[in-house]
Amino acid sequence: MDTTLLIATAIKIGAFLGLTLTFVSICVIFERRFSAMIQDRVGPNRTGIPLTILGFKKDFALPIGGLTQPMADGLKFILKEDFTPSYVRKAFFWLAPCMTMVPALITMAVIPFGSPMEIGEHIIPLAVADLSVGPLFIFAIASLSVYGITLAGWSSNSKYPFFGGVRSCAQMISYEIALGLSLIPVLMYFGDLNLGHIVEDQVKNGWLLLPLWNEGGFIIGSGYWGQEGLLLRWLLMIPLVITFFIFTTSIFAETNRTPFDLPECETELVGGYHTEYSSMKFALFFLGEYAAMIIGSALIVTLFFGGWSIGFGIDGLLPTGAWWVSLIHLGCFLTKVTIFILFFVLVRWTVPRFRYDQLMDLGWIVFFEAALINIFLMALLMAAPSIGILGTLFGATILIVATIILVSIAKSVTKPSSVRSV
Amino acid sequence: MATIKVNRPKLSAGEKIYFGSIFKGMAITLRHAFKTLFGKSVGADELASSGMGITMQYPEQKWDEHLPEYYRGVPALVTDEQQRERCVSCQLCEFICPPKAIKIIPSEIPSDDEWAKVEKRPKKFEIDMIRCIYCGMCEEVCPEQAIYLRPDYIVTGTKRSDMVHDKERLYEIGGTRVGLVNKWNDLK
Repeated sequence: MDTTLLIATAIKIGAFLGLTLTFVSICVIFERRFSAMIQDRVGPNRTGIPLTILGFKKDFALPIGGLTQPMADGLKFILKEDFTPSYVRKAFFWLAPCMTMVPALITMAVIPFGSPMEIGEHIIPLAVADLSVGPLFIFAIASLSVYGITLAGWSSNSKYPFFGGVRSCAQMISYEIALGLSLIPVLMYFGDLNLGHIVEDQVKNGWLLLPLWNEGGFIIGSGYWGQEGLLLRWLLMIPLVITFFIFTTSIFAETNRTPFDLPECETELVGGYHTEYSSMKFALFFLGEYAAMIIGSALIVTLFFGGWSIGFGIDGLLPTGAWWVSLIHLGCFLTKVTIFILFFVLVRWTVPRFRYDQLMDLGWIVFFEAALINIFLMALLMAAPSIGILGTLFGATILIVATIILVSIAKSVTKPSSVRSV
Repeated sequence: MATIKVNRPKLSAGEKIYFGSIFKGMAITLRHAFKTLFGKSVGADELASSGMGITMQYPEQKWDEHLPEYYRGVPALVTDEQQRERCVSCQLCEFICPPKAIKIIPSEIPSDDEWAKVEKRPKKFEIDMIRCIYCGMCEEVCPEQAIYLRPDYIVTGTKRSDMVHDKERLYEIGGTRVGLVNKWNDLK
């Protein structure tokens, strides 16, 4: 192994870990301020530097609208009493917070944060591990976080955390299926599982959900319309948009955010699985949840909105490999992720929480079937140019019949039991 | 009693898909966010907002001029036109006070005093503002119209003893109050 690569990887690990953790705290202040704005409030806007506790005469109020609030929050978490109830299962009780935090941070390894950087003769991709199974790695590791929540619920040895843990277990397992299946059309489109290559493809051919430019140029130019397969590309938007909706909703469910925050719904379960936790152990759950949210947003951005690319053909004008270009791309990526996090907050204050059976119906009956049909729709559209009109029509007929059968089965299942027995 | 069968409303196809309603909801929440940002929230003017949402930001802005007539703030003692302390230390307020916040030590007025016929005045009059619940019973029970709940509400201190209002402090808050019944006044 080359020492340059080794050093570069070490720097990348440190930088991206630091970046994610910093982003978590920024996320918290964004969430609090934006929630406040939605509710016609102000939010935490005056946290300064408390010089008085160091013996100075006056506190120093920074004119940055409370951006230091996360620091105060973090300090509070560290200084609080770390109380462990006597009746808990100690080993698992201690293990659980780590099990939620660690998977969220590991999945960060495969996300390409910026365009590859050229240092000497090396080309260094701005992802810690440039794996060729990126999304699969993320699913594999992210699904481990269910253990953290379930263990927390079980080891707390108390009823509310137990309910929270059981609910979360069922919910996360159900939505993992929809999450994985919904992504298959995207992987079929790219024909590649390397997230870096997926982004580079989107730089050339337009973002997956915004194909407004391609190798021929921007949409208003004549070069754009000269490209082959353009009609097919726009037709593929139908399954891709369905994929986007299913995938985004499943990410919401996976990260336990509203409207799927049943594992910790305050009105029924006190605090859910983290009821018995305090101080830094609670903070780890909190951080893990936000880290998962960031990774989820990063994955959505990478797959559907061009990752680090600025888009609209601007990337082509910039020199490749220069360090400042990579930094611009990094900034662009973080901006997109921030927009998605604000979207998460917006959804939190818009959509009310689902009932438990509605949640399960949505996961198993609606999204699972929709994702399955979507895969075949995508396959049919992609195969259409090579199998001819007759083949396409035949395929379409089978697909429509299968869809009707599936929908009718789903309808009969979701009817209330009193109606079903008649 | 007649049984009324209530049917669930029939949803149209658009409503069944559910996404349309979510986007409608998002438009509402986003509108609130932007209105808050530009200080255009509903009710921002009536509530004298600071320019963000409908919130008045406390130490810089205060609600004082909007306080109603009947506002019950800190209890305080008052003097009359002749600068006589109206309290005769009958201790009724001390006895009625539900949280037992008032402590009075009565004293006699010396016979050479101008107001000797009033006979008593408080030597010590303390209200513990940590205990006070601002109920206004003391004001109601006072036969001498000597104690009133003022519209002041800021009571701060860095230690417990700071929070106990003594006689001086109470007269400082209360000040002079004119136009009250003056049964001890010869001129009347």
